[in-house]
Amino acid sequence: MKRKLFLIIALLMVASLVLSACTSKDPAPVNNGGDKPTGETIKIGGILEMTGNIASFGQSSRNGIVLAFEEINAKGGVLGKQIEFVLEDNKSIQVESATAAQKLIQQNGVAAILGAVASSNTLAAAPIAQDAKIPLISPSSTNPAVTEVGDYIFRSCFIDPFQGVVMSKFAIENLGAKTAAIMTDNNSDYSIGLTEVFKEAFTAAGGKIVSEVAYVSGDTDFNSILTSVKNAGPEVVFIPGYYDSVGLILDQAKNNVGFSSDIVFLGTDGWDSPTLFDLAGDSANGTYFSNHYSPDADSAIVKDFIASYKAKFNGAIPDALAATAYDAAYMIAAAIESAGTTDAAALRDAIAAVQLEGVSGNIKLNEKRDPVKSAVVIKIDGGAQTYYSTVEPN
Amino acid sequence: MNKKKLIFITGAVAVGVVVQLLISSGVINPYFAQILTLMSMYAILATSLNLINGITGQFSLGHAGFMALGGYFSAILTTKLALPLPNFLMFPLSLLFGGLVAAAAGFLVGLPTLRLRGDYLAIATLGLGEIIRVMFVNWKYVGAAAGMKGIPGYTNFLWTYVIAVFSILIIVNFIKSSHGRACISIREDEIAAETMGINTTKYKVMAFVIGAFFAGVAGGIFGHLIRLLHPNSFTFMVSVEILLMVVLGGLGSITGSIAAAVFLTGLTEALRQFSDLRMIIYSLMLIVIMLFRPQGLLGTREFSLDMFSKFTKKAEKAER
Repeated sequence: MKRKLFLIIALLMVASLVLSACTSKDPAPVNNGGDKPTGETIKIGGILEMTGNIASFGQSSRNGIVLAFEEINAKGGVLGKQIEFVLEDNKSIQVESATAAQKLIQQNGVAAILGAVASSNTLAAAPIAQDAKIPLISPSSTNPAVTEVGDYIFRSCFIDPFQGVVMSKFAIENLGAKTAAIMTDNNSDYSIGLTEVFKEAFTAAGGKIVSEVAYVSGDTDFNSILTSVKNAGPEVVFIPGYYDSVGLILDQAKNNVGFSSDIVFLGTDGWDSPTLFDLAGDSANGTYFSNHYSPDADSAIVKDFIASYKAKFNGAIPDALAATAYDAAYMIAAAIESAGTTDAAALRDAIAAVQLEGVSGNIKLNEKRDPVKSAVVIKIDGGAQTYYSTVEPN
Repeated sequence: MNKKKLIFITGAVAVGVVVQLLISSGVINPYFAQILTLMSMYAILATSLNLINGITGQFSLGHAGFMALGGYFSAILTTKLALPLPNFLMFPLSLLFGGLVAAAAGFLVGLPTLRLRGDYLAIATLGLGEIIRVMFVNWKYVGAAAGMKGIPGYTNFLWTYVIAVFSILIIVNFIKSSHGRACISIREDEIAAETMGINTTKYKVMAFVIGAFFAGVAGGIFGHLIRLLHPNSFTFMVSVEILLMVVLGGLGSITGSIAAAVFLTGLTEALRQFSDLRMIIYSLMLIVIMLFRPQGLLGTREFSLDMFSKFTKKAEKAER
């Protein structure tokens, strides 16, 4: 009898929890078209990877957005209203990104959405935003397919093919290289895409790819593939991968396989993490990678951004994710201001026409809703990232 | 009995139709509709895994793999091959196809691996799930590591709900049949079952194939709901999440699995607003539940209306 009673109580608890889960939501009215900003604030949603395997990326992006909106609100907001940032976590997975998009649009009635970080998560959220006709700006999804979802989907970072072209141009023009080797992470679409672009641009400019090898993220022993790369005798080695693998590769190349310092390693924005130095140590010195922005760049707007970021987040130096997220937040604010409304169609056109000087370069969108802007090349020297040059798009 | 079942089916379907009407008329907004759809989808996944883990007692960790197979193959049918069929035929056909592919894979893999027991089977199925995922990572035709995009959004609440009701009915009927009893006997004592003349491999494979089939169907529903199939959506953690629903609801209790699927899906949504703290609260609640109910919410029992009639009868007796 007692057990049965317990059972009933347990079931009632389950039922009440489920019910409270369904009812404890904001009673905000459904704002499908977003004709008028409701109340005193303009709501902007965020779908970011706050937990899960790329949580550090999501948290940097959140910091950038929060900082931007605080600055805008301190100056009186947009259209005389304060911006309210509604953040939803997507656990770094696709299904949660889609549900988060539904929640922001239906429950919170946001005027626009910022996010997500990873292209795969943005691709899950984008069709929902497109169907509901709510503009979505991804701060750091570099896969070209993201904005192909529809005309309400934008981004504030450059796309992958551009980085491949930048590094190929850099290898030929700045380093005078004629032969290159490529190491591809076969598990990552990002890496495969960049490999193709680099190969095409490098050979088109008269260079020769002497070796192409593949690894899989999670591998820890790269000695055998590094030996075959070394035997091919390239002048530069292009590794479009993520910092965790790249750190190990650089370490093993110098210390185990004995690469001479004449062979230059080149990379892309996936290298941008302090973990790279932890893994590679001194072996990382003398390598170059492309990125969205450099904290050392000599411009007033970057210096202001770094100063206020440091002041707000305990002296932390903003990374590229924080920078592009900060720019995305300014993009949406500028678009609302110039549209004079949060009406979806007008806002969409305003975002498409937006032009501003951001910390990650001058932002102007092309007809594919991708920004055409400069990339920076960063040199790793003395265990730190140093600004090397800026490559303009042509 | 049959009359009772008929009443149950019509009642359940009627509830689904009413909810779908509320969704279509806008009373329930698309956000809640999506959560309800996910709940139904997870109910299919949890009950089908319960058939393998709870009823037959074979510890499988490869459910996400079957889900991926069903998802990708049903999406190939609707996205890549443009068959001249109306949507309402195309969608169930593709789900059936996805389910059959998953079932075929379950059969091929189940035959050798189900001779393993306990931990060994768990490791073999875990490996299977990863192999299937890595296969999709490298398969260019379905988008490789970038995932498959542009899948039509055929899934709605009514489809998912009705499929859930029918798949649960089929599983319950299977359990109540002589085949199902054979499966339960394997769970209770494999050697004793064998002594009684039960072909244990046959029944284990049978349960495994049925479970894989419904996981495949659920995968198809998932693909046409999210409209994107990405290999990362089918990691080992997804298998664990489904297993969690089965264990939380009670190994061997179908109604428990359904309740746990609904509960855990609702819980993750309700905790979304806590962002960073979300996973901590989630894990804490699971620990507390497992401490107080180690056999799961319902143990091996089923929840039914008869339970209440027993209560009233006992109460009547007590009064006398």
